[in-house]
Amino acid sequence: MNAFRKNVIQPILDCWSLLVGLKITGKYFCKPLITVHYPREVIDSENLSTYGGHVELIGKPKDPAMPKCISCMMCVTNCPSNCLTLVKQKAPKPTPEQEQEWAAAAERGEKVVKPKAPKNPAKFTYDYTLCSLCGTCIENCPANSLQFSNNIYWVATSRKEMNIDLLARLKEQATELSAPAPKIEAKPAVAEKEA
Amino acid sequence: MFGIPMILINLVIAAVAAMIWLALNALVLVYCERKFAGHIQRRPGPFEVGPHGALQPLIDGLKLMSKQLLTPDNADGFLFWLAPILSMIPVMLLFMPIPYGPVLTGMEVNLGLLLILAFSSFNGLAVILAGWGSNNKWGVLGAARAVAQTVAYEIPLLLTVLSISFMTGTLNLSEITAQQAGFIWDWNIWKQPLAFLIFIVAMFGETNRAPFDLAEAESELTAGFHTEYSSMGFGLFFMAEYGYMVAMCSICSVLFLGGFYGPFPGIEGWWWMLVKTYALLFLMIWARWTFPRVRFDQLLNLNWKWLLPLATFNLLATALIMKL
Amino acid sequence: MSAYQNLEQMKGDFYTQKFEAGKQDGTLIINMGPQHPSTHGVLRIVIEVDGEYIVRSEPVLGYLHRMHEKMGETQTWGGFIPNMGRVDYGHPMAWNWAYVGAVEKLMGIEVPERAEYLRVIMTELNRLTSHLLWWGAYILDLGAFTPIMYAFDDREMLLDILQRPSASRLTYSNFRVGGVQMDLDDKCLELIRTFIPHFRERLPMYHDLVTENLILRRRIEGVGIIDEDMCQRYGCTGPVLRGAGVAYDVRKDEPYSIYDRFDFEIPTQDSACSAGRYHVRVAEMEQSLRIIEQALEQLPSAEGKHIMDKAPKPSMKPPAGEAYFAVEGGRGKIGVYVVSDGSKVPYRVKLRAPGFSNMNAFAEAAKGTILADAVAILGSLDLIIPELDR
Ligand code: SF4
Ligand code: SF4
Repeated sequence: MNAFRKNVIQPILDCWSLLVGLKITGKYFCKPLITVHYPREVIDSENLSTYGGHVELIGKPKDPAMPKCISCMMCVTNCPSNCLTLVKQKAPKPTPEQEQEWAAAAERGEKVVKPKAPKNPAKFTYDYTLCSLCGTCIENCPANSLQFSNNIYWVATSRKEMNIDLLARLKEQATELSAPAPKIEAKPAVAEKEA
Repeated sequence: MFGIPMILINLVIAAVAAMIWLALNALVLVYCERKFAGHIQRRPGPFEVGPHGALQPLIDGLKLMSKQLLTPDNADGFLFWLAPILSMIPVMLLFMPIPYGPVLTGMEVNLGLLLILAFSSFNGLAVILAGWGSNNKWGVLGAARAVAQTVAYEIPLLLTVLSISFMTGTLNLSEITAQQAGFIWDWNIWKQPLAFLIFIVAMFGETNRAPFDLAEAESELTAGFHTEYSSMGFGLFFMAEYGYMVAMCSICSVLFLGGFYGPFPGIEGWWWMLVKTYALLFLMIWARWTFPRVRFDQLLNLNWKWLLPLATFNLLATALIMKL
Repeated sequence: MSAYQNLEQMKGDFYTQKFEAGKQDGTLIINMGPQHPSTHGVLRIVIEVDGEYIVRSEPVLGYLHRMHEKMGETQTWGGFIPNMGRVDYGHPMAWNWAYVGAVEKLMGIEVPERAEYLRVIMTELNRLTSHLLWWGAYILDLGAFTPIMYAFDDREMLLDILQRPSASRLTYSNFRVGGVQMDLDDKCLELIRTFIPHFRERLPMYHDLVTENLILRRRIEGVGIIDEDMCQRYGCTGPVLRGAGVAYDVRKDEPYSIYDRFDFEIPTQDSACSAGRYHVRVAEMEQSLRIIEQALEQLPSAEGKHIMDKAPKPSMKPPAGEAYFAVEGGRGKIGVYVVSDGSKVPYRVKLRAPGFSNMNAFAEAAKGTILADAVAILGSLDLIIPELDR
């Protein structure tokens, strides 16, 4: 009798679980969609702001086209993937008069005050193809001059383009800031996630 | 009329109509299936081509046609290309004896049911040729599975159909339909509920649809018997599968759901047939996108240990009742 | 007839030929993988089948070998952390933790309290994503297409949460020696708090749709027995071991960090079959939720920059010596063994991947089962191929 119950009755009763499964998928069939139709809808900006894209420079608050960077090379030396390259600015070449002046000052035994090289970098490039997005550069920057970009729409069609000139990009962003680009038409998706 | 017998003209028209009907159905069904699956999974499904993606299957068909026909190295070319054609032709013949409306019957045959059962087992042959001819180990495994499966599921299918014809006393589908005219409770489903259930399960098995799609179980056998097919070779198998689904569901609605008769007298017409067929098709799609796949031995166990005894019992009971 | 001309080409490579040599009569040798839908990557398994029954099988590894251990010997101590996020894309936080923990042990660094809690919260959230990914993919292997979409619906919410403190969505590398890189902000904590009840509500749906399903139960119950003895021989850990009835969990048995402060259970199943492993993982998701809840309650307030304050510079030089640190990952015990010779670069980094040991049990468990069961067993081991090869 027990075997009969186990082998005959139980399987028939268990078929109920199949109906339950159909009921669940049927229920979800009637519920609204949750995917975002990209070109017509976009993800809400709250979510976008947390996106970590490529590394980019932060401009000075007063002069957004000029990075806060002080060319300390911390980021370059600590990057595990060696994808950042920075060229420091050279001190301006002294004019002949200046040189004479300095020579004279040295003769007089005075201290020579040569102008220092400007701190901001001359060239700052970044190879996105190599970057592992670890954030080491960002957390080690003493000037807080680096951040992850949150532009998810950035695309490159070749390897070359992925080698980004960060200074040029900062300038671009600065001009965009002063003259904001036309807003994207698409409206944010209604993020209703009911249980 | 010019010495050509009327029946021949009728046949040709029916064959062409069946072909068009098949192609049309395949297109509509592919679209419906993808949309349905999408909405079950809470995504839109095809959306970009045409309004709500309605032209997607057409474009997909074009894409399939434009692909190169590849014959794998060491494959048996003749059998390899014979298989998809062999799986396609019987499907068209399947539609012939099905009465779609009061006058919409391709071919009035007294042994219509027998014809259908005979032709539907052709698919097994096509699958085994495909698996064998493509010189692929996964293909052979898939073919072996498919044959065991179709042969097994044919029997309960036959037995349930037999019990219907015991009851109605005919193998002619039009007559079976005619006997179900009247109200909704005149349909055979109320007289043969067990047979209906068995038929539905066997239908899944016979058409190789999930959860019984073992011949092409893509997570086990990559794609089973059609692993090596490209372009329209694959396309034909694909269309044949949908063709079988439509045919089986049509037969099911003729046998159990009153064919082209509505739930009460006076409103019969081909649209009823369409509605019933598509309702059954949706059930199949729904099941596919809900259930996991069964294992091969379980599939055969289900057939031999459950469906077959039940169907035999049902047949004997029917015979007994009819006798009394 | 052009068929079967170039048999020379069809002999296959070394492994196939090796199998062919010991082949019985009437059997067939097939290669499952390296490209096969249910090996989840480039695992290859050579199988000898008699009809549908598996006579012998042997996993072949190395198609995804990326030399992480060797790279450890060339990167700086801090620079190796991003590698850890790539070893196992399923549960990268645990790998992060194992490496970072080993280095901290070596250098004798104590981690700030808040950082410990953040690590626990993020690792457990990551464990949820790992199990959800496995759950969906496993059911997909067994032939149901829809559950993975529902699982990814929830997983997406988790990724949105984890994206905030780590700025990435899959290969996290935000643990640092001596702390974590970024803090969880208020918005993030709020999102976690809303996620927990939401997920608790969803779990019964998962059970009704899948766990209770007749077909699924028939597919996984009693299939692929890996019992305690086998686990011992192969070194299986994690849900595979717990599915065999052994309540071994690194979080409980060798509590690291602050796991001893939480009240949670270790789910075990005695059946030792695929179903046992399945139930263990599903139950683990609930336990992870419990841990996260408690961690959120106890989380010390964020004042000042004290998640990183004791962290050394990335160019650190740990004293010469060696250290081993083990954590409980989604797939089992993750161990990292580091040796330092006092320089800026590790002398040796050894990674113990749980998936590697678990996978080895496959050949024995699959013997005598049928081909469809092989898929069920493989899925129940929850293999992440990059982790096997490292
Ligand atoms: S995120 Fe990491 S890999 Fe990328 S530039 Fe910064 S330090 Fe280098
Ligand atoms: S660490 Fe910051 S300040 Fe230093 S070079 Fe890099 S970006 Fe400039």
